[in-house]
Amino acid sequence: MDFSINKKEELFLQMIRSFAENEVKPLAAEIDDQECFPIETVEKMKKIGLFGIPIPKEYGGQGGTNQMYSMAVEELSRVCATTGVIVSAHTSLGMSPILENGTEEQKQYYLPKMASGEWLGAFGLTEPNAGTDAAMQQTTAVLDGDEWVLNGNKIFITNAGYAHVYVVFAMTDKSLGTKGISAFIVEKDTPGFTFGKKELKMGIRGSATRELIFENCRIPKANLLGKEGKGFAIAMKTLDGGRIGIASQALGIAQGALDETIKYTKERKQFGRALAAFQNTQFQIANLETRVQAARLLVRSASYKKDSGLPYSADAAMCKLFAAETAMEVTTKAVQFHGGYGYTREYPVERMMRDAKITEIYEGTSEVQRMVIAGKLFK
Amino acid sequence: MKIVVCIKQVPDTTEIKIDPVAGTLIRTGVPSIMNPDDKGGLEFALQLKDNYNAQVTVITMGPPQADAVLREAFAMGVDRAILLTDRVFAGADTLATSNALAAALKNIDYDIIITGRQAIDGDTAQVGPQIAEHLGLPQISYVTDLKFDGEKNFTVKKETEDGYQLLSVDAPCLFTVLASANKARYMSVAGIIDAFDKEVEVWSADTFPVDKSKLGLNGSPTRVKKSFTKGTKAAGQMYEVDSEQAVEIIINKLKEKFII
Amino acid sequence: MDKLASKNVFVFIEQRNGEIQSVALELLGKAHELAQKLNQKVVAMFPGYQISDKCQTLIAYGADEVICMDCPQLKDYLTEQYAQAVYQVINKFNPAIVLMGASTIGRDLGPRLSARLATGLTADCTSLEISEDGHLMMTRPAFGGNLMATIMCTEHRPQMSTVRPGVMQKASKDDSRKGEIINFTPQFDESKFKVKLLETIKNEKTKIDITEAKILVSGGRGVGNEEGFRKLEHLAQVLHAQVSSSRSMVDAGVMEHDKQVGQTGKTVRPDVYFACGISGAIQHLAGMEESEFIIAINKDKFAPIFQVADMGIVGDVHKIIPLLTERLTKEMSNK
Repeated sequence: MDFSINKKEELFLQMIRSFAENEVKPLAAEIDDQECFPIETVEKMKKIGLFGIPIPKEYGGQGGTNQMYSMAVEELSRVCATTGVIVSAHTSLGMSPILENGTEEQKQYYLPKMASGEWLGAFGLTEPNAGTDAAMQQTTAVLDGDEWVLNGNKIFITNAGYAHVYVVFAMTDKSLGTKGISAFIVEKDTPGFTFGKKELKMGIRGSATRELIFENCRIPKANLLGKEGKGFAIAMKTLDGGRIGIASQALGIAQGALDETIKYTKERKQFGRALAAFQNTQFQIANLETRVQAARLLVRSASYKKDSGLPYSADAAMCKLFAAETAMEVTTKAVQFHGGYGYTREYPVERMMRDAKITEIYEGTSEVQRMVIAGKLFK
Repeated sequence: MKIVVCIKQVPDTTEIKIDPVAGTLIRTGVPSIMNPDDKGGLEFALQLKDNYNAQVTVITMGPPQADAVLREAFAMGVDRAILLTDRVFAGADTLATSNALAAALKNIDYDIIITGRQAIDGDTAQVGPQIAEHLGLPQISYVTDLKFDGEKNFTVKKETEDGYQLLSVDAPCLFTVLASANKARYMSVAGIIDAFDKEVEVWSADTFPVDKSKLGLNGSPTRVKKSFTKGTKAAGQMYEVDSEQAVEIIINKLKEKFII
Repeated sequence: MDKLASKNVFVFIEQRNGEIQSVALELLGKAHELAQKLNQKVVAMFPGYQISDKCQTLIAYGADEVICMDCPQLKDYLTEQYAQAVYQVINKFNPAIVLMGASTIGRDLGPRLSARLATGLTADCTSLEISEDGHLMMTRPAFGGNLMATIMCTEHRPQMSTVRPGVMQKASKDDSRKGEIINFTPQFDESKFKVKLLETIKNEKTKIDITEAKILVSGGRGVGNEEGFRKLEHLAQVLHAQVSSSRSMVDAGVMEHDKQVGQTGKTVRPDVYFACGISGAIQHLAGMEESEFIIAINKDKFAPIFQVADMGIVGDVHKIIPLLTERLTKEMSNK
């Protein structure tokens, strides 16, 4: 495995860093404070093609790699985790299941508009009683003539309301358990499909998190994604890819907090010298840097395997587990280094610490990641 | 319409520091970038491409590594890129540089030529007007806005010390543009992915007809006789105190100097 | 041009609306010094329209001869019109040295002429001297002011140089000085006049020239945005000072270019220069280090600005400036 940055990636990083620094960072505190979805940033990201990085050109994408997509989420999250997750949820959870499981017609119809960013994507799996135990789906889909009729609720859905395309999971045959779950593509504004209240969250407060409500929502028969009964497999495979996205987000948050801490410890003086001059500071930061680099290598490795068509399920779980816990550790320490200021909104590390926590929870909690990793070892 | 934009790869001079002990420039680790004024010029060209289907060519003179700014230009959306690289070009002052570029430009179709006002490593602002003179083109420098009538006329806003002028000119002509004229677009993801599959045309001094005695160090009327770093004056008194005390200190000093 | 026959120090006299620009007088002062060393004359090249009555002023500031080009084609500065006129003068009189202001006019005309004359031009010089063998030694900053370079043009004539406004000193005006006024009518090839001037607009706001200010409150990246600059404005009001800026804030669109201090902006020498949240990139220092007294306020103790500051305050401009404004307001009202 060679993780050295090639020229293409170098140019890509130059662009995305400059974009993040100049367009995303100045809004990060405000969208967190106001809990508002960054529509202008989304428009800017559309222009440069950040919504279809790993999608092949024949489907209107940019024809890039998962490695580049991961770098984009990392660099965006380094300055604003909300912006990172908008791209991640759209790409990994909205588009990937259609790319990997859709019919040619579905791909031709949905992907170009999604890859351009005109239609954002979202993913509806979690229910009030089906979180980590995703098999406990209550939402149902019944075939009635040429249409599927959906009933049920999905909660904590990222990009909800702003997305146009929703990949939704529902029971088509409850007697079959997980084998009775199927996946569907539902478009916004379909009669019977509405949104519940916006969640008020601890972190990533600019991202739209809402409930999806299906009340006799009728969608065309052709909107079944993949084969009937294959929904659970599609969901699990989608989450494998999504975990690389979230790991990239966590990595970005960790790097961002580390950047801020290094800057602050150089500026801040106590007992007559800069914090950075104390060996305790230096050693602790050396530890954090080492963890962040280790997380990065795990993320790069998982992306590399996905790009190479190798199995990557456990790799995705490991990088997500490690990067999320790294983000939590680095941001917590970052706040500590900032002392009282770190606890205030004058410095971004407070936001980063709140943002970091979600990476240990969504797209599979850290406990789920351990289950996936152990599952591979003890099967 | 065909547009040629002359761009230059420059060290990011804001990142250059002076070694306080040796008094020399620290150039290691200083990133190379597309000269900011050139990027402003390129943005105008790309806007003309967006709105009038102009065909945009970029040309740069420099070492083989200058390929990087041409890839960046591809990623921003240009159609064609030319790298003038040859030992014969090395050591050129502005006149010899303009001789090489003008000779090369005679072999490219253009309606307008755009350059940056000046490059941040030299800050001379000479090469653009010198190219215009060699090619017999009218020039407008310090451009901050361009309006094209869709035929051949441009209404141009030129910055001056105390305001601006509106000027009118028909193509063919040459403009030198300020970085602050516009906000240059970002490279697009698709552009970056394709940038390395496109061909950068590499031209040497043998690719096109040019009088070699007018190139490089030999063709340069000016010579650098010596260079040195400015001695910095001794630093004054430093205060690391709280804001109240700081204000007190400043006020006392202003009183002492009879400012207040 | 013929090197051996070339002689005299020529100065391009820049006028706008018939008003001679300060930089032209500064150059006459310098030209006088150079001409004395060479034992030659100072010749003012003066293009414009209805300007003949101003020739004596040029003599009073050091010109030995004035070549007056008074014709309607030269009313407003336009590159080709001026290039033709000045080129013909240079061709006819074969000067050893040609000096121009490094203004938007001089920096437009200079390179055009140098290419037409196939000679060298050194831009934005900060120092000019005559070498032992009689050549012009032109010193200018490079690499954003990080480096000074002394440049010579020994084999070609004229030796051309643009000089930054404010760098050279005007000679004191001597109305009793005598000189010769030569009227010169250029032969224009009007078929080459391709650029038309539609309108000249003066910026209302830019009437304030930061180079004239006695006190400057200057802001950089640490000031951050318009709101930060409002704090500086308040302080400036109390001190009857002007607000200026570093390049980063101009590039960011927060401040206008005519407020920019530094290598690509203006050179200033106020009595007091407040550097607020300015790290002190070398190109900024190039424009302000000659200030009488520099007060730097910056969070970063290691900011290079502190190396040139007479007084360095390590602290947050956003706290110190409003506090200082408040205190000064009280001080002033107590008087």
